[in-house]
Amino acid sequence: MRGDTGHPVRLRFSKRGPVRFISHRDVARAFERAFRVAEVPLAFTAGFSPHPKISFGPALAVGYESDAEYLDLECTEEVDETRWTAEVTAALPEGIAVTRVAPLADRAPSLQEEISVLAYEVVLGGIPADAVGPVVADLLGRASVEVTVSRKGEARIDDIRPSVLALHQPRPYEACVVVEVATRPRTLRVVDVVHGLRAVAGDAWPIEESRVRRTYQWIERGGARHEPLDVDRRSDARTLEACA
Amino acid sequence: MSNLWPRIESLLPRVEKPARYIGMERGSVRPEHHPGKVAWLLLYPDAYEVGLPNQGLQILYEILNERDDAVAERSYAPWVDLEAEMRAHGVPLFSVDTHRAAGDFDVLAFNLSAELVFTNLLNCVDLAGVPVRSAQRHPEHPLILAGGHCAFNPEPLADYVDAFVMGDGEEVIAEITEVIGAWKRSGRAHREQVLHDLATVPGVYVPSMYDVEYDGPRVVGVTPRYPDVPAVVDKRTVADLAEWPYPKRQLVPLVEVVHDRLNVELFRGCTRGCRFCQAGMITRPVRERPLEQVRTMVRDGLRRTGYDEVALTSLSSADFSGIDGLVGGIVEEQTATGSVSLSLPSLRVDAFTVGVASEIQRVRRTGLTFAPEAGSWRLRQVINKLVTEADLYAAVDAAFSQGWRRVKLYFLTGLPTETDVDTLGIAELATNVVDIGRRYTKGASATVSVGGFVPKPHTPFQWFGQNSVDELRRKVSLLRDALRRSPAKVRWHDPEASFAEGIASRGDRRIGAVIERVWRAGGTFQEWSEHFSLGRWLDAMAAEGLDPDWYVTRHRTEDEVLPWDHIAAGLHRDFLWQDWKAALAEHGLPDCRWTPCYDCGVCTGYALEHVVAANVPPAGGSQGTGQDLATGHSVPVQLLPAGARPRSGGTGARVAG
Ligand code: SF4
Repeated sequence: MRGDTGHPVRLRFSKRGPVRFISHRDVARAFERAFRVAEVPLAFTAGFSPHPKISFGPALAVGYESDAEYLDLECTEEVDETRWTAEVTAALPEGIAVTRVAPLADRAPSLQEEISVLAYEVVLGGIPADAVGPVVADLLGRASVEVTVSRKGEARIDDIRPSVLALHQPRPYEACVVVEVATRPRTLRVVDVVHGLRAVAGDAWPIEESRVRRTYQWIERGGARHEPLDVDRRSDARTLEACA
Repeated sequence: MSNLWPRIESLLPRVEKPARYIGMERGSVRPEHHPGKVAWLLLYPDAYEVGLPNQGLQILYEILNERDDAVAERSYAPWVDLEAEMRAHGVPLFSVDTHRAAGDFDVLAFNLSAELVFTNLLNCVDLAGVPVRSAQRHPEHPLILAGGHCAFNPEPLADYVDAFVMGDGEEVIAEITEVIGAWKRSGRAHREQVLHDLATVPGVYVPSMYDVEYDGPRVVGVTPRYPDVPAVVDKRTVADLAEWPYPKRQLVPLVEVVHDRLNVELFRGCTRGCRFCQAGMITRPVRERPLEQVRTMVRDGLRRTGYDEVALTSLSSADFSGIDGLVGGIVEEQTATGSVSLSLPSLRVDAFTVGVASEIQRVRRTGLTFAPEAGSWRLRQVINKLVTEADLYAAVDAAFSQGWRRVKLYFLTGLPTETDVDTLGIAELATNVVDIGRRYTKGASATVSVGGFVPKPHTPFQWFGQNSVDELRRKVSLLRDALRRSPAKVRWHDPEASFAEGIASRGDRRIGAVIERVWRAGGTFQEWSEHFSLGRWLDAMAAEGLDPDWYVTRHRTEDEVLPWDHIAAGLHRDFLWQDWKAALAEHGLPDCRWTPCYDCGVCTGYALEHVVAANVPPAGGSQGTGQDLATGHSVPVQLLPAGARPRSGGTGARVAG
């Protein structure tokens, strides 16, 4: 829950190129420093060791690119979004760019609570483009797909099928799939989707992920999907597209 | 030219911490290479997170890239997982800035800050596709250079490094660039030619230009092979730090590294004269940065990097002559603009210092570190760490009373003349420290860190026979037993690692083959306990027919030629020998910044003076001076007038013998 004295803001950013190899934690530190360089008026927590009020959405695995990462932060005063979108991007590591900023309503629920769908584009190795379609169709046709997943260091058998919300091959000439996964009851990982495809393909194709990009994150509310920047907006303020 | 990125990129998903290899730090550059420019690859032969913060490397990176005739990039030792992938896929060592093959550079320049990284240097040279031995290299291969504190005994790497650079690199790097540039323009015909030219640059030591003579196990002489090659190579010293406000664009890494904060160098050199401390001895005299420049560097650095922590670095930051005002000023300025924390690494052991610390750490008062180094006043006089028990207890009392809860105490064991009384003295000090703490807070704790002492070249202890592994182990367990029921915790450094360090630290040219064998047996990352094994070192010594004890635990004699006698850090050999005798007689020596010069040789020999930022010494006294400095005596040193800089490496002192 947010206090009602500050000025909460939601921000979308992309992570592309070599910088995809830095961790979620590293991204958080990079933003903290960039906010200070760009002189964003950050609000701090009270207490013994104050830290800026910044909270991120679901973590992105090291090595994945993304068009759609989000974070919420709280400022002590109204900010000029266009000005600082450019300035924060300039202070961020190359490859991370703030693409849009929107003022957030007070007490809006957090990204972690609200994001329910993650979409990825996954380039596959170990399988030719024309073999992808049948494997995808096979997986979608099954009621359950059991794979060995590792959770907290322990291996266990899980049915991933219920968490695969959508799966298709966007371009017939490329060994690539677009997948949408649920974040509840727990977030289905891309590696486990790939393991599922491999389980379905049997010995025919040693499918592996070769390059992954997160393309969307969605908040579902009232039976509809929403772009996280468009729900819980503070109504009185304007939003501006940034040229990234 | 060669951009290896696509090949490296495909290996990165398989390794730990892949971001170590992507570069792109704020402050980094992608320089444009040109045949007319000398291409430097600056290497730190250890993991990225240890090497990135190295200030020396960052300073040279900036200075070189500001020149019209040079470009500089950086590289670090790839971790073992990536190394295996690189070797399996034929990917050579690369720069992190433009991912260019190391072999395409004109110079690979290594920073050597610890002896146990020597095997990593060989590994990096090999990964670059360059023969590890200098004698096997051809004109098309890069030149292999090394500098840093460990270069002051270059002999163990003499057959592997083409040229060593002694002392401060800021000025000499220009002269080296010019020599190499001229060689490139002349068509790089003979390697011998450029090496000979380099050997005539003051501060540069080219081992292949010298013959070493042995008599049995002993080195009896090191003589130049050409008349224009100096018999003794003097270190280089930057007379005035004010002219070098670097790094101006400190690198901000994308991943967590050690010392991950803005670091501003307060001063270079130290005159406290701790006899075990090589850094203090070889970086004399003291050169302080002007107060205003420090403030500007802090202000600009924070604004540019976005860091919220700044460390004012030096060998003993509380000794900076303007420390009071500086700290107050920075704290005031920075708390106005945001919450920035300030730290002074290497605190002095006295209450005044704690006062300074409490001024800067208004929040986050968790732990403070003090280094009394030895357990008794007698032994502290031997090592010239003139901290009294009263000093320590006052410092600790001040710390606990002002809200700190944890105190860390650093000690060395295996020091000259040390007896079990001294070792048990550590336990007593630690116990008393906890008792003082408990008067203020129930949660008070103390941690004792004990390191095995390794004698270092160019110090008064260079003649001392290091304690054996067994002896160090015995002392550590004595201490552990004594503290078994005490709330103070003990941590210790592996005595076996100290032994291997001892082999390399005072080794001669024959140790090179040992290092090569350790490397060939897979002994990289020897600073990391999970990769270290003394067995590899002992096997290599045996294979080379060398006696480890002769190198490590043997006391040297006055008349003995030491393998580094032809390298001069400016300290007279006579002075060092007298200081060694004074140590054995338990005589302390005052700090020559505040008391008259005792002519160690550095200032007098190189026509230098201490440069101080303010003519008022720090309150709280300076060790062993016998002066009540709190009232502010005038200082027997002068601020150097700008412009009248003496050149180093001139006539000056020579090491006798
Ligand atoms: S020459 Fe004198 S003043 Fe200079 S460092 Fe040595 S003892 Fe100190």
